[in-house]
Parts: sequence; C-alpha cells; structure tokens
Amino acid sequence: MPSRTVTIASRVGLHARPAATFSRAAAATGLAVTLSVADSAPVNASSILAVMSLGVGFGQAVTLNAEGEGADEALDTLAALLATEQDGQ
Amino acid sequence: MKSGTIRGLGVSPGSAKAPLARLAPPVATASTDPTTEAPEAALGRIEWALGAVAAEMAERADRAGGVAAEILSTTSAMAADPSLLEAAGRQLRAGSPTGHAVTLAVAEFCAMLEAHGGYLAERVTDLRDIGARAVALLAGVPMPGIPAPGHPIVLTARDLSPADTATLPGSDVVALLTEEGGPTSHTAILAKSLGLPAVVGCPAAAELPDGVLVSVDGSTGEVRVGPDAMGGDRTGSTSRAPASSAVPAGPGRTRDAQPVALLSNVGTVADAHAAAATDSEGVGLFRTEFLFLGRRSQPTIDEQTEVYTDVLTAFRGRPVVVRTLDAGSDKPLPFLPLGQEENPALGVRGLRTATRYPEALADQLTSVAKAARSAGRSVRVMAPMVATAEEAERFVGTAREHGLDDVGVMIEVPAAALRAGELLDVVDFVSIGTNDLGQYTMAADRAAGALGHLLDPWQPALLDLVALVGAAGRARGKPVGVCGEAASDPLLAAVLVGLGATSLSMAPVSRPAVLAELRGLSAEDCAVIADAARSATGAQQARIRAREAREQRWSVPA
Repeated sequence: MPSRTVTIASRVGLHARPAATFSRAAAATGLAVTLSVADSAPVNASSILAVMSLGVGFGQAVTLNAEGEGADEALDTLAALLATEQDGQ
Repeated sequence: MKSGTIRGLGVSPGSAKAPLARLAPPVATASTDPTTEAPEAALGRIEWALGAVAAEMAERADRAGGVAAEILSTTSAMAADPSLLEAAGRQLRAGSPTGHAVTLAVAEFCAMLEAHGGYLAERVTDLRDIGARAVALLAGVPMPGIPAPGHPIVLTARDLSPADTATLPGSDVVALLTEEGGPTSHTAILAKSLGLPAVVGCPAAAELPDGVLVSVDGSTGEVRVGPDAMGGDRTGSTSRAPASSAVPAGPGRTRDAQPVALLSNVGTVADAHAAAATDSEGVGLFRTEFLFLGRRSQPTIDEQTEVYTDVLTAFRGRPVVVRTLDAGSDKPLPFLPLGQEENPALGVRGLRTATRYPEALADQLTSVAKAARSAGRSVRVMAPMVATAEEAERFVGTAREHGLDDVGVMIEVPAAALRAGELLDVVDFVSIGTNDLGQYTMAADRAAGALGHLLDPWQPALLDLVALVGAAGRARGKPVGVCGEAASDPLLAAVLVGLGATSLSMAPVSRPAVLAELRGLSAEDCAVIADAARSATGAQQARIRAREAREQRWSVPA
C-alpha cells in the first residue's frame, strides 16, 4: 500500500487550523487516506477530530497511507502540505 | 446576590455599566429522554442538524474576518466531521435518544482532546458548543447564544465559545463577565481585540440574577452590583472607556506635560501597517519571530532586510525598536537546533541562542542596518533574555560593529533588574518585559493557568523590580520602556510611569484608554499612585490602593 512518512512543519503542530486544512485536503482526494503517528492505530485523515485527537506536535513524524487509483499522487500532495508551515502567525 | 462588589480577573480594559443578561443556556439531554424515532430517522436528523451548525459557523466565519474567522471555520470543519456523525450513529444503535446521542458523541471527542491538554484541550469549548447548537436544533428550541433585548447589556456566562464572541460586534453587549477563563482565554483575547471591557474567572457571577444593574471594570476586575453599581460611579470612569467613547488623540504625556511615548507592540508586517495608521508614536517592540518560526531554513539577509525596511518606512521616522530573535527550545527552529531541555523557559533562549549560533544574530543585525539605510530612517535594536551587564556589553559591541548606534536590552530576568544600573551603563536604553519578568520573579510558568494569580502584573515584588530599573534609568538619564501586557492597563500604566518608565508599548487598541488616564494625572500623581501600590502586600491590595490614590488625584484632562 502506498505510504509516506513526513515531519510536521507547523509550529503549533497538527492542531485546529492546520488540522482543518489537512483533513479538508485529505477528503478532497476522494480516497480512504489514513494517518498514524508512532505506534498509534491509523485514523481517518478526512476527519479533523480524529486528526486532532492524535495530538501530533511540531517536528513529529507521521505516516500517511492510501489505496486506489491516484494514491501515490494524493499522498505526495498531502505529505507536502504537512511539510509546510500552515499557521501563518 | 442583589448588591455588593465581586471580583474576577480584569483582562480587557475599560468600564461599562448595564443590566446583566445571561447567555441562553444549552438544552440538557439524558439517556432517559423519550425515544420517539427509529435510529435511521434519528441519524438522518442528526446529520441535518450538524450540517446546519457547520453551515452557520462557515457563514459567520465569512462575516467575522480576522482571528475569529479562522477559529470559526475550524469549528465549522469539526461540525461537518464524518467521525462525529459516526460516533452519534453508534450511540443511537446502542439505544440513546436522538439529542443525547449527539451529547455523547461530542463527549467522546472532548475526552480525547482534553487528554492532550494545552491548545487541543481548549478546543473542547468549541466542540461542546457544536453539540449544544445541534441539540437545540433537534429539540426545536432557540439556539443558545447572546440575548438581544435592544438595550445595552453586560453579558454573563460560565465561559464564552468563539461562536458566541464572534457575534459580539454590533450586538447589545457592552461588557463581558465570565465565571471561568484566564488571561489567555478566547474571551480575553477577543474582548481585547474588540475593545470590550471584560472580567473573567469570576465564579460569583453565577449567583447574579438576570437584569440586575452591574458595573464592570475590565482593568481592576471589579464588578459592582445593584445599588453599588449606581453609587459606585467614579469620576472620569467614562473617559477611561475604550475606543467606543470619545477617543483621546495626540502624543502621550502627563497632565503636567511630561512626555511618555505610547508605542505599539507589533508582531507582523500587517500589525505594523495597522499601528502606523494610528497616533502611535512608534514601535516599542517589533517581534521578529514571525520571520523565523515554522521555517526549514533561516530567512536570508535580503528577505529580512525587505521586511524591516517595510516596517521602518511605514512608521515614517517614528522610532522603531527591533527585538532580535527570541527563540528557544520551547519555540524550536530546525536551523537552530538546541536539543531537548527539561526547563525551556530557563534554558537556551533569547540572546543565549546567539552564543551557540552567532551567525544568525549577525545576519539579523546586518539586515536591520541595511534596512535603516535603505529606508533612510534610524532604528533601535534590543536583545531579549539578558541576565548580566557582560552579556549586554557583548551585544552592544556586536550591534555597533554592524553600524547600529542605538542599542538596548530587555529586562526580563530579575538579575538584570537588580543590577539595572550596570546594564544601563553599557546600553543606550532598556525595555522591561513585564510578562517574563513576572514569571521569573514569581517562579510561575506563564503557561500554567492555575498560577495566574502569581503572574498578576500588580504583584508588589514585580513593581519593586520595575522601580529599581526606573530609578537606575533616571539616575543616568537613559530611557526605560515597558513593553509587557502591564502597560495596556491604564491604572497600571500610571504606576509604571510613577516608577520611572519613560515609554509604554502596548497593543494599539489599548492606547486611547492609557492616554486618557495619563493626561489626567501629573508626574507627581503617578509617583504617589505607584507608592500606594508598592505599599501593598499583595496584587489585589496593590490594585485597590492604587485606585484609591488615583481617585484623589485624577481629573478630566484640560
């Protein structure tokens, strides 16, 4: 299954606004994308609440998984998003 | 309680008086509520209710703009979250009545967010609000929210959610009073940005009956109730109200014409442009962190120069104090790794990072000097987290090598305040950061909500340290600024001037109230008020004594 591991670049971590941006983008792929951190169970990446509930901080590594047509491209886009500062403040 | 005086934390300055109105309470749900519909039908209605809440939040976000818009659009995304609907579906199948299934689904996620503490735990208020709104829709009762009686009200609640605070502009609300919340709560931050007087952390507010007249002082945290609110009206209290009433203008000075520059704290280029459009006499604290935080690599000299030039140009010759990078292991930067520290607040941060990474500071100073040349303006620089005169001297040397000739340091470490004279001998000015000086003086983490009372800027020990710095500045004829939160409280601003502050730097929204306060007091009045505050044995007593002294002396500016 296509997979990407990426380090969170947002200073505030994957909280509130960056989580909203990310989960919206994950939903927009139309694929079942999951997000996991360390040895946690993977969660639905399209769910802002599930993403926030992981409590991922700045500099932490997360793993993205997806299956289906276009999964590689989708994961590249999502990984790039996580590797960019999302909080403009 | 129908009369008397209660107290909370004053978090947004200004005062207002109006009848009390309570935020419409949410509908309580229970597992014993009657079940009137099949689970499939119930799930369909829940989907509709959550969708409606999401749509309303998104619409409010569009109207609100700024900070509120960001919070609201995130709240909208939470309401539209498929996981929330799934959780409600599970509760329905387990036999929950419709409304209660929503309450339980919300509680499930609240528990997960609370477990992480900090920022995520604070989102719980937003999530509960989503639940309360959806439940109200399902029950067909009015949405919980701000009453609109058509006359001014003081709004009270246990705490306010962003959704509530976002609808405050243009509402009947003239002041806020909450049972919970601290100085960094949404309520405090948004009230301040709206210029609404606010008192938070006031549990006694729960006992107040609807409609009772209350007078709220967002500086002192004092709330007068019933007849006490009538009788307690103070001379000049209306002129201390924020921007909504008559706005005083012009330069900062005392009644006897001693100048006190009232400057702005700015953290971004947008802040700087907004502040430059006001009467603000310059920038007392230009935080440069925004250029660095969240970056993978250090911003280049060209990039930094462009931003500094922009800010200097916007202020057209008014003084601008650029604070060099205040980073540390609590605000990690990938290009300046500092490792994990047990106590980041006491670790390598501020100027201390420059001993490890001298290049980063050198590049920043080069950029500031280039910006000053290209804007054709003078500029001041200062370093954060300086503890000794030796450190100050080293920083001054480095800055002068870069062609910068107006160089200062921040006083945030008690050691620096205690030996302020030695520091002032080697620098051109100092600026007191009352927030950090408070945390280090009281050994109380700024992030620890339960220690809020120790972090009160009215703590006499903190005032004593400010007095030491003020006296050292006066003896040497060198400027002493204050750039912490303390400077935005009008009464405390008068105390700081009495202690020897020659400039005060604050959020621009606080400036009119501080200006009005200082214009009504002579320099000697300020000294008397400062003495009264320092004669106290605690923060609350210091406030009360300062206010009593002030009432004897303040008069409407000529």
